[in-house]
Amino acid sequence: MSILIKNGRVIDPVNKIDAQMDILIEQHKISRVAKQINFSADTLIDATNKIVAPGIVDMHVHLREPGREDKETVGSATAAAAKGGVTTVLAMPNTYPAMDCAEHIELLQGIINKTAVVNVFICGTITKNRQGQELSDILVLKKIGAVAISDDGCSVDSAELMFEAFKKAKQAGILIICHSEDKNLSGNGVINLGFNSTRLGLRGISNESEYKRVSRDIELAERSGSPVHIAHVSCRESVDIIAAAKHKGIQVTCETAPHYFSLTEEDIVDYDTNMKVNPPLRTKNDLVAIKAGLKNMVIDAIASDHAPHTENEKDIEFDRAEFGKIGLESGLAISIMELIDKKILNWSELVEKLAVNPAKILGIDKGTLSVGAPADIMIVDANKEFVLDKKSIASKSKNSPFIGKIVKGSVEYTICNGKIVYQNKSSPCSAMDSALASGANGTGSTPVRGINKSLC
Amino acid sequence: MSWTKKDLLGLEYLTPEEIELILNTAESFKEVSTREIKKVPALRGKTAVNLFYEPSTRTRVSFEVAAKRLSADVINIATETSSVKKGETLIDTGKNIQALKADIIIMRHNYSGAANMLARALEISVINAGDGWHEHPTQALLDIFTLKEKFGKIKGLNVAIVGDIAHSRVARSNIWGLTKLGAKVTLCAPEMLLPVGIELTGAKTSSDIDEVLKNADAVNVLRMQFERDEGAAFPEQLDYYKKFGITEERLVKAKKGIVVMHPGPINRGIEMSSGVADGVNSVILEQVTNGIAVRMAVLFLVSQAKEARQ
Repeated sequence: MSILIKNGRVIDPVNKIDAQMDILIEQHKISRVAKQINFSADTLIDATNKIVAPGIVDMHVHLREPGREDKETVGSATAAAAKGGVTTVLAMPNTYPAMDCAEHIELLQGIINKTAVVNVFICGTITKNRQGQELSDILVLKKIGAVAISDDGCSVDSAELMFEAFKKAKQAGILIICHSEDKNLSGNGVINLGFNSTRLGLRGISNESEYKRVSRDIELAERSGSPVHIAHVSCRESVDIIAAAKHKGIQVTCETAPHYFSLTEEDIVDYDTNMKVNPPLRTKNDLVAIKAGLKNMVIDAIASDHAPHTENEKDIEFDRAEFGKIGLESGLAISIMELIDKKILNWSELVEKLAVNPAKILGIDKGTLSVGAPADIMIVDANKEFVLDKKSIASKSKNSPFIGKIVKGSVEYTICNGKIVYQNKSSPCSAMDSALASGANGTGSTPVRGINKSLC
Repeated sequence: MSWTKKDLLGLEYLTPEEIELILNTAESFKEVSTREIKKVPALRGKTAVNLFYEPSTRTRVSFEVAAKRLSADVINIATETSSVKKGETLIDTGKNIQALKADIIIMRHNYSGAANMLARALEISVINAGDGWHEHPTQALLDIFTLKEKFGKIKGLNVAIVGDIAHSRVARSNIWGLTKLGAKVTLCAPEMLLPVGIELTGAKTSSDIDEVLKNADAVNVLRMQFERDEGAAFPEQLDYYKKFGITEERLVKAKKGIVVMHPGPINRGIEMSSGVADGVNSVILEQVTNGIAVRMAVLFLVSQAKEARQ
């Protein structure tokens, strides 16, 4: 099976390419990248006026399976990923059971092998059942295939235990991803502490509850000599602290999520629970700092923090609603609108944040269009606007604040390991596409299931 | 102007004209309660449901009296005896009440925003009778109505609000309503009970009660909820009374003719002395009487609403 992608604007930061080129895929891998490729491929894709880039590596995704299949499954989440141009996800470990031992990871790996549409890597837990009491067997987690560990959703409160974790992680050669939140400070807060929490009469969450823990986690990492990755950075002080640590030469990387550079606390006008996320939407001042952090390379990566919840868990009183929003299917469009269109990043820089850097941070062979690399590619019509329709959402949960909004930047094709796992059916099928239309995926925008086995 | 909103959720969402319309409507309804037969047929055949998720006597009874004086049928639902205890969601409860063909839900809820959520989900009217720390619009309206009766106008009045501003829905609704009508509002409380950014509403803040009382035409004294256990910092009772309690001694130094208000129930000897509560400056019982007129006006106006909210 071969695919030839013609005339696209190829963005491949690893090889410093931003030019109109053709790409040939053979045997699931990229076999040629050149100005003009003439080859009789099984499938021909005309990518004229489209962006052709490495598929997104989303390093912060809650698949919810095993345990909360009512919210999301590996199948539905990876279908959503494919629709969003995401070809690799890192599965967060806060499942039931949690990914804290070999047996649980093997259970998830089995599900991934059967149902995943895109590549899924697994993040283990730092502590057993994410309780912050006793370390998981970090060496075993690494051995069984976890590429990182995190107690995401919680921070390990005990500094001593966290220090031990960093030392063990260093020994095992595995990355620690920190959910940096001091719950003694954030308490029962539900939105950012500020005028809006006062106006709405809701308990606030201070920036302090985040950045003090970011500070602590970086300090522990430095002392242990282990690298550290800070998840979902949302506030100005965190950006400043990470910038200073990087300047000092500490091995710290970090990510932010599209909602932290597109929404602020002021957008929570009327208790929209889909805007209830943790960390909370902050102020304009914080949003500006996040954008600046992306531009000046303090923030390495953009990850969705895709957090599916059922309507039952969201369509209730704000205080009682779950934290989190889905993001796999909106992340790219929001990034294009907020970062490309507003000239914060150029395309190469955006692809670095979405694909190149996350792959580098996780130490996985992704995020590039180099010859010989696995063919994980997104083809994007960056100027095409569309309504993010609830009915079109592939994720099992629909908890997005962007539903009903007009967004820009439509994924036309997603190719994962050389297979087309998503094709936008609303796009006109070109004549050259006929082979595909009658073959792999002629009927719709539903991702093609079960054709791809995870590599991890 | 005519009223178009199906709900009353908070004073933040109203224009000055809409607030004036409620006050003017209340003025004409006030007379009904002085009649031999205290009833008009304005809401005859309508059903109002009191849905209270928090214990409340005065607000619930006030709404019930108001609805009955308008000839509406009133049903009281207390959550201890309802299917809420069986785990029914708020929206399901609301939809069931709507399916009974009730016309108005009057809701008290412990969570901020609960009334907004219910109003969005239903076609029938929702009147917020207090939600969490968010708003208690009819309390503020009756406070403002009482002030208007005393002073003839609201514009230019200096109104002090004293007490636990941070956790007070009464304070928030009063701030929005008073500032919209052109009053100058000063919030007086220990630092720990002033919420972040409250000055962005246009209200000023102070921690010197004597200074504040010197310039205030009226002081609205909030109930100190010492029974509240938030785990957060809270002043010690006696210390609070010493520094912020409204006493006869303090009123001697206050602006002449200062009007003292309280939303009730009063903690005598905590936020104000008995002498002040029962004294010549107090309009506390007039507030209760005016509450009927204001709630009649609100019930009447929302039931007249032409335009459904979404």
